[in-house]
Amino acid sequence: MPVMTEKANPNVKTDKLNAGTKENKKVVYNTKDLNLWYGEGHALKNINLAINENEVTAIIGPSGCGKSTYIKTLNRMVELVPSVKISGEILYRERNILDKSFKVEDLRTSVGMVFQKPNPFPKSIYENVAYGPKIHGIRDKKILDEIVEKSLRGAAIWDEVKDRLNQNAYGLSGGQQQRLCIARCLAIEPDVILMDEPTSALDPISTLKVEELVQELKEEFSIIIVTHNMQQAARISDKTAFFLNGEVIEFAETDKIFSTPSDKRTEDYITGRFG
Amino acid sequence: MKYVDSTQVHKKMGSRLFANNLAKTLFFLATLFGLVVLVILIYRVLADGLGWINFDFLTNRLSTDPERAGIWGAILGTLWLMLVVAPVTMILGVGTAIYLEEYAAKGRISSFIKTNISNLAGVPSVVFGILGLTVFARALDLGSVVLAGGLTMALLVLPVVVVASQEAIRAVPQFLREASYGMGATKWQTIKNVVLPASLPGILTGVILALSRAIGETAPLVVIGIPALLIPVPDGIFDKFTILPVQIYYWTIDSALVAEYANLAAATIVILLIVLFAMNSIAIMIRNKFQKRF
Repeated sequence: MPVMTEKANPNVKTDKLNAGTKENKKVVYNTKDLNLWYGEGHALKNINLAINENEVTAIIGPSGCGKSTYIKTLNRMVELVPSVKISGEILYRERNILDKSFKVEDLRTSVGMVFQKPNPFPKSIYENVAYGPKIHGIRDKKILDEIVEKSLRGAAIWDEVKDRLNQNAYGLSGGQQQRLCIARCLAIEPDVILMDEPTSALDPISTLKVEELVQELKEEFSIIIVTHNMQQAARISDKTAFFLNGEVIEFAETDKIFSTPSDKRTEDYITGRFG
Repeated sequence: MKYVDSTQVHKKMGSRLFANNLAKTLFFLATLFGLVVLVILIYRVLADGLGWINFDFLTNRLSTDPERAGIWGAILGTLWLMLVVAPVTMILGVGTAIYLEEYAAKGRISSFIKTNISNLAGVPSVVFGILGLTVFARALDLGSVVLAGGLTMALLVLPVVVVASQEAIRAVPQFLREASYGMGATKWQTIKNVVLPASLPGILTGVILALSRAIGETAPLVVIGIPALLIPVPDGIFDKFTILPVQIYYWTIDSALVAEYANLAAATIVILLIVLFAMNSIAIMIRNKFQKRF
């Protein structure tokens, strides 16, 4: 692949990058010419990314490069920030989620999110997991019980909490809380799971557990994970996008990014020369 | 050469330390003044009134005979008044707070509303009395009944509830709202299931403090036109009524005619203070119990 120039046309860049993928997996998220401003600050510049289903896509880059902003745009959570302006298209399963007619509640039912800091509700473990199904109208206690068990098993935390489902989630350790949050997210049976630095507040062992979990979950879900930790990206992802100053510098197979990056800046970043 | 001359410093040390101690003493006396006055007040009230408090005083109706007079009517009037004030002020106050914190776009209009709510808190209570008299008692033709008084009081204490609720709602961490929105919850579902349960202790504290203010207010109800003495015990919100502080007010005025009325007033003050301290203690207990949960 040729070395890219500083101001390469982002469309061309993505097309070339996507040409490198041989499998015929479906695209779940297709971002086209996405620009985002916080007031006057241009936070995302001409983002073009096609993300495949049933893969783990990692987004790496230094602080302030726009990676968190990007992932929050994928479920329009970014709109909670006042004064945010967005242009371009994000096609989720071929529908533009930035279209006014697209209901965010619909989107967020299909696209779950796990946050940087574990954020369980100050309710019981059971109520935390049942929260999503309940707001979507499931009232039947038997169905809720099944969802709670299935989700907690899915997040590999069932054995640790099955005897104390009615205790407050705040009594769990940080790592358990984060897996509970993943279980809570699984309970809405999403299609895509967005993870915004899910292990940054966790100790190494809890981090390992979450990483193993991500590997299992990708069989069933498409996962997009923002991470500060390059080893983590290398360990768990299929594709990696490198963000810098609001732009996608490089997007390719993770193996390729970490062995033979085509951009000098990617190489500098992953070898620890900056960031 | 040195800028700090140690002999000069030493010479002034005495007066500096004197000023230091003087400041401490002055501030201590300032603190003491309020406490001493409160103690004297409570002592006087207890000395005058304690002997008059007994079961009959609590359960008897009003009477011109001090030996037979009781405050049953004022107690029931206060209860009925609270039954109007509590729900009205809670619905209006919490509703306003939710709108301002969760829905209103942060801008000129919302800060204009917020400023005016603070201004409302500064309006003298007698002005609210006039509002109650013109709007509720006369324009709506309710007369000087519990409902008119309650609505007036609810407006009077509304700012307290709004401000306390706003603070409680603002203290709910943003990450809890994000967690809820992230699962596709609507704004109302998020408010109902996450924000309100988490801010309820703070809101309740505000409501109780507001009620304890309403219980002690006299001026608005006097303006609305509560009859001076010998009114029947109220059975509902459409009855004429009196409340504890108004009872104290009239007995104090009339003590020029019958000296024992002063003792009845003091006894009523004791009852009112007990109720107020109890309510404030409950508010503080709620606040302490639910503090720092996040």
